[in-house]
This record gives sequence, C-alpha cells and structure tokens, in this order.
Amino acid sequence: MTETTIPTSATAPAGQTGVSGMALERIRENVSEPPPTEKIGALRWLRRNLFNSPINSALTVIFLALLAYWGVAFFEWGILNAVWYTKDSNVCREATGACWAVIAEKHRPMLFGLYPYDEHWRLVIALVVYLGTVCVTLAPPFWKKYILVPMWIVSLAVVGTLLWGGVFGLKYVDATDWGGLPLTMVLFTGTLLFGFPIAILLALGRRSRLPAVKAISVTLIESMRGVPLITILFVAVNVFPLFLPEGMDINKMLRVVIGMAIFFACYQAEVIRGGLQAIPRGQYEAAEALGLGYWRMTYKIILPQALRICLPGIVNHIIAAFKNTSFVLIIGLFDILTATTSVMQDPLWRRFFVEAYLFVALVYFVFCFALSKYSHQVERWLNEGRRF
Amino acid sequence: MSSQVAARKAERDEPVIRLVDVNKWYGEFQALKNINLTVNRGERVVVCGPSGSGKSTMIRCINRLEEHQRGSIVVDGIELTDNLKNIEAIRSEVGMVFQSFNLFPHLSVVDNLTLAPMWVRKMPKKDAEEIAMEYLKRVKIPEQAFKYPGQLSGGQQQRVAIARALCMQPKIMLFDEPTSALDPEMIKEVLDVMVELAESGMTMIVVTHEMGFAKTVADTMVFMDEGEIVEIAPPSVFFENPSSDRTKLFLSQILTH
Repeated sequence: MTETTIPTSATAPAGQTGVSGMALERIRENVSEPPPTEKIGALRWLRRNLFNSPINSALTVIFLALLAYWGVAFFEWGILNAVWYTKDSNVCREATGACWAVIAEKHRPMLFGLYPYDEHWRLVIALVVYLGTVCVTLAPPFWKKYILVPMWIVSLAVVGTLLWGGVFGLKYVDATDWGGLPLTMVLFTGTLLFGFPIAILLALGRRSRLPAVKAISVTLIESMRGVPLITILFVAVNVFPLFLPEGMDINKMLRVVIGMAIFFACYQAEVIRGGLQAIPRGQYEAAEALGLGYWRMTYKIILPQALRICLPGIVNHIIAAFKNTSFVLIIGLFDILTATTSVMQDPLWRRFFVEAYLFVALVYFVFCFALSKYSHQVERWLNEGRRF
Repeated sequence: MSSQVAARKAERDEPVIRLVDVNKWYGEFQALKNINLTVNRGERVVVCGPSGSGKSTMIRCINRLEEHQRGSIVVDGIELTDNLKNIEAIRSEVGMVFQSFNLFPHLSVVDNLTLAPMWVRKMPKKDAEEIAMEYLKRVKIPEQAFKYPGQLSGGQQQRVAIARALCMQPKIMLFDEPTSALDPEMIKEVLDVMVELAESGMTMIVVTHEMGFAKTVADTMVFMDEGEIVEIAPPSVFFENPSSDRTKLFLSQILTH
C-alpha cells in the first residue's frame, strides 16, 4: 500500500477531540469535579524559582543588587539630574544627568534628514497617512480586497506626491534628499511589497518539478544569500548603471529598494520553503483530486497553511529587514540612524550622542516590538477554533 | 427494486472506466502488472488484497494521482495522458476519499465543501453553500457545518470528506481504504453513508477490508496480489467459490476473525 497515515495533523487531534461538545458538557455535569484551584503564594513562588539552591540564592542576591545599582544610577542620570528642555547646550554641559534637550533641539533633522526644513510638514502628513494605512491593514475587519487594494493605491499615491512634490504647488524634492524616518518607511515598505511575492515565488520555484524554474530559483537564492547586503546595495547603486544603455537611468531609490527586496526575498524564500515542506502530501492530493489546478491549490490550500506554520520565521526576517534599512548609509542615503549620526556632528551638541542614539533605539524598538506583538496576535487569531 | 436492477443492467453496457494492460513501476519495483479492468456505469467494484498488492496504486492511477507507464486508462471517454486539461477534467468528474481524510484543516467544514465547486465549477457561493448543506444532511452532520476539521471525530471527518467529494457532483467515486484509519465504533457510520451512496446508483470503486460491506454492496469483487489482478468475480462466487488458491488463502486469513 502506498498510503501513509499522517501522524499529527489529521489523526491525533481526532482522537483527542473525539468527544463532541454536548457529550463533554454531560461528563462535566455528572462526573467531574472542578479542578483544584492552584494558588501559589508569592513566598512559595520565590522559594521555588529564585531560592531553590544555595547557588541560585547567591545568584539571585547578586543580580538583585546589580539591578538595584544600575536602576538607581539610570534613574539619577536619566530622570533626577536630567535636563529636559533648553536651547542652550551649556546648560547641558553643566548638568550631571542626561541631556534630553538634544532631542527637542535636533529631532527634526534626525527624523527627516536632508529634506528641506520648510517642507517637513509634508513628511508629517505622509507618515500619518502611511501609519494609518498600515494600522487599518493590520485589522482583520478590513481584510477585504475591495478595501485594501484601493486604500493602498490611494495611500501610496498620496505619500508619493507628498514626498516628491512637483505638483499642486509642492516644491519638488529629489529622492536622494529624502531622509530619516520617512526614508526608513519607504525602504521597508518597498522591500516587503516587492520582496514578499518574490519570496513566495522563489520558495515555490525551488520545489518545482520544472527543471528550469527550479534551477533559476536555487541559483538566485544561493548566490544572493552568499553575498552581504552591503555588496548588493553597492552593486545596485554603483555597478548596475554601468550595464544600462547610455542615457537610460533607473531611479536610484528604486534600485536600492529592489536590491533590498531581492536580498530579503532570498532569505524569506527559505523560511517559506520550510513551511511548504511541513504540509502533508495528502493536502496536495486532496486538492488535486478535487480538480484544483496548481495555482489555485497553492493559493487556497497550501500557502495559507504553510505561511501559518512559518509565521515566527517570517516575522523574524521582516524585523531584520526593518533594521537592515540602515545599511543605506553606505550609498549616501540618510535613514533615521545615519541622519542622527550626521546631526550629532554639531560641535555644540556632539557630546550628547548617547541620548540621541537612545532616542533612535527607542524608535526602532517601538516599531519592532509592535511587529512582534502583532505577530503573536495573528497566531492567536489563527489558532482560534482550529486544533490541528 | 426489480425495475431498478433492470435499469442498471441496461446501463451495464456502458463502460465508464477502462484499464487496458496498465503497468507501473516505482524505480525497479513493479507495482502494477498488466492490469485489465472495466467498470460500467452504476457498477460497484470492491477491491481487496493484502498490503502492498497495488490496490491503492491502481485506483490512484484512475485520477492520475499516480502516473502509469504502460497501457491505457480511459475514464468517461477521456484517455489519461500528460495533457493537463484532460487530467483536470477527469479529476472534476471523479471524487476521491482517502484513508487519512485529508480535509483542509484551515477551512471550516462548509468551506471545505464549497471550495472546489466555487473555484473549479465556478459556481456562485450561495449555490455552492446550498449544495454543501444538502450533502452534509446526507452524511448526517449538518450541525457541524461551521466547525473546523480538527474539532470533529474521525468518523465525522471522513463523512465530511465524502460530502466534499460529492459536492463536485462526480460521476465516479473512488474510496481508498476509507475506514482503515478509524476507531471501530466509527467505522459503521461511514459505511452506512457509503451504502446509501451505493443505493443511489453511484459508480464506485472501493478499496477496503470490510468484507461485510463488500457482500452488501459490491456488484464485482476484485482480488489483487503482488501488483496483479488475481480474480474478478461477483460476490456470490467470490466468497463462496473462489477459483484461485491465493484468493482462498486471503479470504481464510481475513474471515477467520
């Protein structure tokens, strides 16, 4: 016989959940007692987890002491003795604590880079529109093609118009002058929008039965994974134009985004391939037996399950892609990190770079943490009512 | 009853599946050897035989889940070749039920049932759902329509799988050991559904070890061993007076307990 029982997905849960809801109710009513309520007192918890052996007790004491020492030190530096607002850098120099005033003073070039100072309001609107679109996209009630597709088209058009300008009386700003957080967002969004579909195609291609498709996918994935991102960006910006016919130029920003997208896609493809491999053969066979063609089967049956399985890995690479946007410094673009570095060259304020970088770290953290929290929520949604 | 039999006899002359000298190899191993089998419209064929005898391979060749390397298979007038259009056309006319159910775990029961009618038959969602509910009633679990497969028992899952295949309104149903993965108390509920289906006149090929079921519904018994069809006979002859020693041995082994 050629058939095999699928060990986990189909048979096991069937056994566990074999009792129907009603039967379960009845069993609860008639036979079962409520489970014992387990209350672990705080003291018992401490004894069990922190002081269960001499070594553990010693480590607990030492780390608590260190934590207290650092906590107090940071509190004194960051809050008690900190300068919150001043226009005069000398006030900061005399203070013993942190100089958070540097952020108030320099936040605009940090957040917006080289973008013309008087046009910063455009970036603020663009960011609000963009983040609003993202928030709407992440909420399940809006997961409908007729909402998401037009919304993204409009939103990208608005953001693009605001960033470039040149119409409606807006001053034209070249893409090379974009900077700071909006640049980070543009690079990140572009990387995902181009990269994710490519990743899926590469993952499918690598498992394809067509030799040519498979060869192309394997070659692309293996060669791109073997090269540092910096090299890819350098090639995209400096080497690639040499191969274009004279007079032809592809926008630098686009070249950068595509370079990053392909790099992202090659890693993501392998993650997705892992998910594809976890799908039991029976799923393909059932879909084929119903007469679904390859693309419909992939889109309706295989991918939804595969992406769910590898969601943690996918989010991992999305977060990495967000932080990789800072690599554009080597090709002369000023994302939020590079913009901060260059702002901190100001001799009056340069000694307060720690505070500035802490602020940038906080910005990165907020975005990455939100992504991570959101992915947990997605996993919870996907698990609802489904045990398999 | 007699008119039904007569009507079925009349349809007998119309073969819907014809396998001629079908051979298949897995590497060096020959899984099917010169298989010749004709199934007429409305005929119920039960295939039995020891493990590894090629039963599953044979019925999986009929909807091209496996590829045969020599011989010809004609289903509903279409010959199975590499032509993808033909394969998809045949698959939408041939329903299949698997040993391990193979429901789509990420879709609710009703979505499992409507998927193929909507995407292969291009049926409007509302019509597809109506048909789905109708078949769920026929397999006696309409109340489970909005649950997910993982929340159902094995027997319920297999009945959903049967309903899913029926929603495509196929001309032929293939069953590949449909009760082998089930707990004993669930086998009956699945077999009951299959008996009802057989009574409705569906053309069926069933690979199974359930000899009671075979005696009840089969028009034709097929016994396979080592990739060959050893014996084809009506159940009365097959169980009472088999001609081959291998069949006798097999029957004595499975009927003693």
